[in-house]
Amino acid sequence: MIGPPNSAVFLPRRPLGDVVFRTCITACALVIPALLVLLGGVIAWAAWPAIRIAGSGLVLGSTWDVAHNKFGALPAIVGTLLSSAIALVLATPLAIAAAILTAEIAPRWLRTPLTFLIDLLAAIPSVVYGLWGIFVVVPLLRSVVMPFVSDTLQLGGVPWFSGPAYGPSLLAAGLVLAIMILPYIASVLREVLLAVPQSQREAALALGATRWEMIRDAVLPFARSGIVGGVMLGLGRALGETMAVTMVIGNSNAIPTSFFDPAYTVASLLANEFSEASGALHLSALMAVAGVLLLTTLLVNALARWLVWRVRRAGGVA
Amino acid sequence: MNPVKLRALRKRLLPMLAIGQLLASCDKGGAAPGDSMQTLANTPKVDLTGAGATFPYPLYSRWFNDYAQRTNVRINYQSIGSGGGIRQVLAHTVDFGATDVPMSEEELSAANGPVEHIPTALGAVAITYNLPEIKQPLRLSGTAIANIFLGHIKRWNDPQLQALNPDAPLPARDILVVHRADGSGTSYILSDYLASVNAEWAMGPGRGKDVHWATGIGGKGNEGVAGQVKAMEGAFGYIEVVYARQNFLPVAHVQNKSGNFISPQAHEISAAAASVTDSMSGSSDFRISLVNAPGADAYPITSFTWLLVAPASIGKSKTQQLTQFLRWALKDGEAVARELGYVPLPAATAKRVLARLDVLDVPPQR
Repeated sequence: MIGPPNSAVFLPRRPLGDVVFRTCITACALVIPALLVLLGGVIAWAAWPAIRIAGSGLVLGSTWDVAHNKFGALPAIVGTLLSSAIALVLATPLAIAAAILTAEIAPRWLRTPLTFLIDLLAAIPSVVYGLWGIFVVVPLLRSVVMPFVSDTLQLGGVPWFSGPAYGPSLLAAGLVLAIMILPYIASVLREVLLAVPQSQREAALALGATRWEMIRDAVLPFARSGIVGGVMLGLGRALGETMAVTMVIGNSNAIPTSFFDPAYTVASLLANEFSEASGALHLSALMAVAGVLLLTTLLVNALARWLVWRVRRAGGVA
Repeated sequence: MNPVKLRALRKRLLPMLAIGQLLASCDKGGAAPGDSMQTLANTPKVDLTGAGATFPYPLYSRWFNDYAQRTNVRINYQSIGSGGGIRQVLAHTVDFGATDVPMSEEELSAANGPVEHIPTALGAVAITYNLPEIKQPLRLSGTAIANIFLGHIKRWNDPQLQALNPDAPLPARDILVVHRADGSGTSYILSDYLASVNAEWAMGPGRGKDVHWATGIGGKGNEGVAGQVKAMEGAFGYIEVVYARQNFLPVAHVQNKSGNFISPQAHEISAAAASVTDSMSGSSDFRISLVNAPGADAYPITSFTWLLVAPASIGKSKTQQLTQFLRWALKDGEAVARELGYVPLPAATAKRVLARLDVLDVPPQR
C-alpha cells in the first residue's frame, strides 16, 4: 500500500453506507448546538418587547410589580448570586476535604463506598432536597439558629443577622444548595487530584515532606485550576437550581439585607410566575429574565470547561 | 442503507402520504356542511379540549367524567392555571378555557370575537392564621387585613386588632405574613377585595394575580402557604376556602359591607353571589366582581370561577356542545359540586347564566 489509506486514488467512490452514516452522525451532532442557538433565539425574540420597553431596568430595577407592569429583576438576580455564593462558601471546603480523603488519604477499602456515597448525593431529586429543607433545615433555623443568633449572641442589630425569624430565608437556600452542589465539586476535585502525576508526590516525599505537607505543597497547587473548575461547575448548578430553592427561600421579591431575610432567585421567579402569566409584557419580561439566567450559566460553564481543559493540559505536559 | 431498501421504504411511505392528503382534503370539504344543524343526540363521538384554572379542576374533572358516561361527549381538561387558560383561548389551541380571573380589556381585544365568561361555581378566599392561644375565630376587617399585608400592623397585639377582638388574648408576637409566590386566582380575589375596601391598597399593590407584596414570605400554591402557616406560630396568610376546610385550618371571620363578621361557609359565599346578581339588572356580562358584596350575610372575599367560551373561533357545533354541557353542569352537576366542597351558583344566578347559554346557541346575525 502506498499513500494515505483513504486517498482518492485508491477509493474513487465512497461506499453508500459510509456516506449515509456520516450524514446521520453529522446531523445528530449538529442538532445539539442547533437546539442551543434556537433556544437562545426564541428567548431573545420573546424577550425583545420587554427589553425595548424596560431596557436596563430589567436587570437594574428593584421593583417587580406585575399589576403595574414594572419589571425589575434585581432582587431575584441578587438573591440568585447571594444564595449561590453562600452555597459555594459552605460547600467548597467540605468538597475539598471529601476529595482529598477519597483520593489521597482513605485506605483503599474505604474509598469506593465513600466515593459512592458522595456521588449518591447527586442522584437525589431536588424536590427531595426541598422537602428536607422544609422539614429539617427551616425548622432548625427558625427555632434554634435564628433565636440563638438574635437572643443569645445579641447580634439582632448587626447587619446581615437581623430580621424576624421566618425560617425560609437566604441562609436556608444557601444551606440546601451547598449540600446539593457538594457531590459535583467533590467528584471533579477527586478526578483532578488523581490526575496529579505520581512523580510530583514522590518528589515531595523524597524531599522529606510529611503526607500533609505533600498534599498541601505538591498536590493541591498542581490541582489549583482544576479546583476552580469544579467550583465553577457547582456554581453553574447552584445558579439554575429551581425546585429546592423555591421551597426554602421564602420567595420574597425584595433585595435581602440579612441572611435571615426571605429572598428570591431568578429560577424561582420563573417557576412561580410563568404558568399564570397572561400579560404580553409580563411573559416577555419573564423571557428576558430567563435569558439573563441562561447567559450567566453558559458563561459559568464555559469558564469551568476552559479551566478543566487547562489543568488537563498541564497534567499532560508534566 | 442500500438503494433497494430505500426504494422499499419509499414504497411504504407513499400510500401514507396519499392517505394524509385525502384526510386533509376531506377536512376542507367537510367544514361547510358540518356546520349545518346537527342534532346532539345522534352525533358521533365528540372530543372537546380545555385548559385553565387549577382551583375548579377537581370539580371539572368529575363533571367531565360524569358527563362522558351520559353522553358521547368527551372533554379533556388540563389544569395549567388561569393565565395559561386565557393564553390558550387567545391562541385557539383549546376549545374552551377556564379562569378564576376575568380577562382584562387588553386580553379581550386580542381575541377575534367575543369571549364569553360563563360562571360555573363560586370560590372564596379564607384568611388563616396560627395562634395557639386563640380559641375563638379571629375577627378581622378589610382595613385590618390590608394593613397587615401592607406591613403597617406588625404585631398581633396591635390596638387595631385588639379593638376588633376585645376578648381575645392576642400575643405580643410578630405577625409572620405568608402570601402566594406563584401567580394565582386566589391572590387576585384577595387583592381585588383589598383594593375595593382600602384606598392605600388600591393605589399601591392594586389588583392582580401577582402583586407586589410589601412584607412576608411567599409559598407556592395553597399547600405551600398552608404549610408555612402551620409551621410558624404567629403566621398569617390566605388560602382557598375549599383547601382550608379540607385541612381544618383556623379561618378568620371577615367584616362585610353591612358590618357583620362572616365565616366563609357555603351559604355565606352563595349569599355574596346572590346579592350581586340582584344588582346586575339586564347585563349579560358575567365578568363581575363579587368582593365586598352588599348582602347582610355575604362573605366579602368571594368570586366566580368561569369557563371561557369563544363562539366565533370554535364554530357553532362546538359552542352547542359546550352550552349543552354547561346546562347539564349547572342543573345536574350541582350535587357533585356540593359533595366536593364547592359552592354552586345560587338559583338566581344560575337562571341568568342558563338564559345566556340559550342566547349563545343562536349566533348573532351579522
